Amino acid sequence: MTDETPSTRKIIEEQTLDDDLGMQSNVVLQPDPALAPGVAKGARQYGEFVQLLHDSWHVRRTKIGLGILLAMLALVILGPLVAPYSPTEFVGPPFSGPSDGVYLGTDYIGHDVLTRVLYGGRTVITLALAATVLGLVVGVSLGLIAGYGRRWVDETLMRALDVVLAFPSIVLALLFVSVFGPRLWLIVLLVGLSHAPRIARVTRVAAMEIAHRDFVRAAEALGVSRTRILGAEILPNITSPLLVEFGLRLTYSIGIIAALSFLGFGLQPPAADWGLMINENRIGITVQPYAVAVPVVLIGVLTIATNMIADGVARALVGIDRDTGAAA
Amino acid sequence: MSTPQQTPASNGDVVLRVEDLRIVLDPSGIDIDDQVSFAIHQGEVLGLVGESASGKTTAATSLLAHQRRGAKIAGGSVTIAGTDVLSAAPGALRKLRGGLISYVPQDASAALNPALRIGTQLMEILEAHSFGSSRADREARLREMLEEVLLPSDRSFVRRYPHQLSGGQQQRVAIAMAFACRPKVIVLDEPTTALDVTTQAHVLETIRDLTRSYGVSALYVTHDLAVVANLADRIAVMYAGRLVEIGSREALFAGAWHPYTRKLLAAIPDISGDRGLHGIPGWAPRPGQRVAGCAFTPRCDMHIDRCAIEFPPDEGETADHRVRCWRWRELAEAPLDIRGPLREITEAKNTLQQPSVVSVRDVSAFYQHKEVLHGVSAELREHRCLALVGESGSGKTTLARCIAGLHPFRIDGDIELRGTPLARDSRSRTRAERQAIQYIFQSPYSSLNPRKTIRQLLAQPIDVFFKLSREEAEERMVKVLDQVALDRSLLSRYPEQLSGGERQRVAIARGLAAEPTVLICDEVTSWLDVSVQAAIIELLAQLQAELGVSMLFVTHNLALIRSIAQEVAVMSEGLFVEYGLVDAVLDDPQADYTKKLLTDTPTLELVQ
Repeated sequence: MTDETPSTRKIIEEQTLDDDLGMQSNVVLQPDPALAPGVAKGARQYGEFVQLLHDSWHVRRTKIGLGILLAMLALVILGPLVAPYSPTEFVGPPFSGPSDGVYLGTDYIGHDVLTRVLYGGRTVITLALAATVLGLVVGVSLGLIAGYGRRWVDETLMRALDVVLAFPSIVLALLFVSVFGPRLWLIVLLVGLSHAPRIARVTRVAAMEIAHRDFVRAAEALGVSRTRILGAEILPNITSPLLVEFGLRLTYSIGIIAALSFLGFGLQPPAADWGLMINENRIGITVQPYAVAVPVVLIGVLTIATNMIADGVARALVGIDRDTGAAA
Repeated sequence: MSTPQQTPASNGDVVLRVEDLRIVLDPSGIDIDDQVSFAIHQGEVLGLVGESASGKTTAATSLLAHQRRGAKIAGGSVTIAGTDVLSAAPGALRKLRGGLISYVPQDASAALNPALRIGTQLMEILEAHSFGSSRADREARLREMLEEVLLPSDRSFVRRYPHQLSGGQQQRVAIAMAFACRPKVIVLDEPTTALDVTTQAHVLETIRDLTRSYGVSALYVTHDLAVVANLADRIAVMYAGRLVEIGSREALFAGAWHPYTRKLLAAIPDISGDRGLHGIPGWAPRPGQRVAGCAFTPRCDMHIDRCAIEFPPDEGETADHRVRCWRWRELAEAPLDIRGPLREITEAKNTLQQPSVVSVRDVSAFYQHKEVLHGVSAELREHRCLALVGESGSGKTTLARCIAGLHPFRIDGDIELRGTPLARDSRSRTRAERQAIQYIFQSPYSSLNPRKTIRQLLAQPIDVFFKLSREEAEERMVKVLDQVALDRSLLSRYPEQLSGGERQRVAIARGLAAEPTVLICDEVTSWLDVSVQAAIIELLAQLQAELGVSMLFVTHNLALIRSIAQEVAVMSEGLFVEYGLVDAVLDDPQADYTKKLLTDTPTLELVQ
């Protein structure tokens, strides 16, 4: 999994000497305040970032992905409220097929599958989010330091991260979980940290590009502290690629956490969890396929949704699908 | 230099005719170019001059029926030797481009494919247009092409890759490509903007010789009137997407009829020092920001009510010299007078008695492990401006950065501020030392953080150097904005909402906010339009006089220094080749290198 996410940034500010082309493409890509009277001057707080979200929305896959994600979130948040039973309640004989009142049948010890599906998404989503945020915080910090630092700082950090990168994240997680036991905070920590090197790489490249700009030098000449330069000069300029990275890492987190659950290193029975459900019920797959298929499909759909959003944002960032009217 | 033979412009046959060309931005329908009409005769060079966003490049590429993404040709016609270009079918268009009309891009290093040998690339053109009858024919033509642009044509040269050539050689290859199939018309899009003056002079000469000897017509697009002054037979001036004046070079320089042309002429720095430098207030409007009538109205001091409402018709005494201005007749009668003194001469005389503020003694600097500056010594005097002039790679910016503490590699020698040695790195300097020396960067597009408002940008030096209350800080910001002639309402804006000239003023204001004793200006005008450049130079000269700061003015443009500096150091390959008072150096240069720079710098000699 040596993926490189698009870290290409559109450099709007740069213009070649007196270049009509550059100047006017500016107007197309980024509506001039004077051209877009709806956008009040000065009210435009986050500039390119808002523009990116706006552009992303116009990529069809972002809309579909966001729609699915919202539906999934609704299912996960509201599901427990509408669940017909309690997740640990026995409602019938094990592996019985769908019947009246038990729409998706029962699982290996007779719990209602529908109820457990409605309850079982919370952990995956919460853990995945927490792990991704942790990975982002650690990765971005390291990436900024490496991207702005002197050569030896950069070298040392990146080589150290390469070592971490060399371990497949799932193996690393299994190793620690098998030693310390299945603890949720440990899963978050491990998954988060295994993301950090890749996020750091993306951040570093983006930060290096910005660190060469003159405004960073201007801040240095004034004697502004390094932390302030990282936080106030560089970070705000690289939010766009980081947004893409966040979406992508979220997708991977969901996959890894579901896999850990399946392997029995996540929540323990009798808790309801999609990954765990697949494992518990797989022996009865021929008799009661719903108990396995529904969680599988839901995990699949969730990752597809986050991936579509990430892809949509990435495409908007690089400008692949930008509608120029020429194609129409 | 050979004197070019004059081709009678009006007698030749019309090779290219553009009529009523209109180009719009696609989804919005905002016009980039409108009512553009001109003709080029056989063997004639037409200079198309305009500021950024004037639509000159867009108009030029439409001669090849090419439009960048987002723009489309909404009307008009382009005819080359009887062929209607705009309605040509895709197949025919491919034959036309490179065959009948060809294009030389601005940046040859980006236009040549870095993965292909130059011979292969040149051969591609000939093959695409099935030039000659055999491979031997084409190879002969390839050699001939290279000789035409004064490049070696031996096998080893042909087998080189673009990165093995210098910038000037790359541009020559691009020109050779354009001339490959002996086109009727060649479009040159600022082909020398990225080059040093010496290289530029050679490339211009090549272009001139080729057009003259093969009778090829050319459209030379540029933002610099001085560049086309010695090349073009006729000049078309474009403003905000419209041609405002077109006429023979002599007619334009003897007495332009449009106020914009006149102001543009006055904005060109003069190396001889006869003329003063006058900027045009404001900036050229981008597409969509233009007023209904004549777009120059807001910047024009001759405008009447009618100007803002109606665009004037195409008028003129002869078919050759046309102008679009309601008041052109008055201007035609008034003589073109843009002379005037530059600055106080007395200042220059007693310069040498001024105490030194920054002294640089025997400074050598390294780039990684390579020495790029070889033991230079200079004095920057109180209330005076020292200009560092040189081509790219001469070490002028390195020296400026050494003084500012921004050079990240090894520096030998002493740099002193009023007798106190300065640390190499700005972080190791005291706060007072950092405050004393302020640096203004070349590109205002890169020196202002796009995520910060002007208020936040100006607050930075004020927060670092002074302990001020919120109101006092605000007052200080308004004061520095006022000094650079900007309004306080800009405080809540972001840099991208400002024009290039305004951004550079903000960068200067940021430098002034620190109340420095030394201001280092590193090529501060090289990203700006000529008219804006002149205004910035005027501003800097005025600030220097009023505030009494010492200034180090780094530039590649020798013509600028008369307007601003008292002393000049000419640099080449990391050494000072000449150092002295501006008037002495420019009037009586001693070093060969300075003499060469002086001859190669394009000048504008007004016909009197």
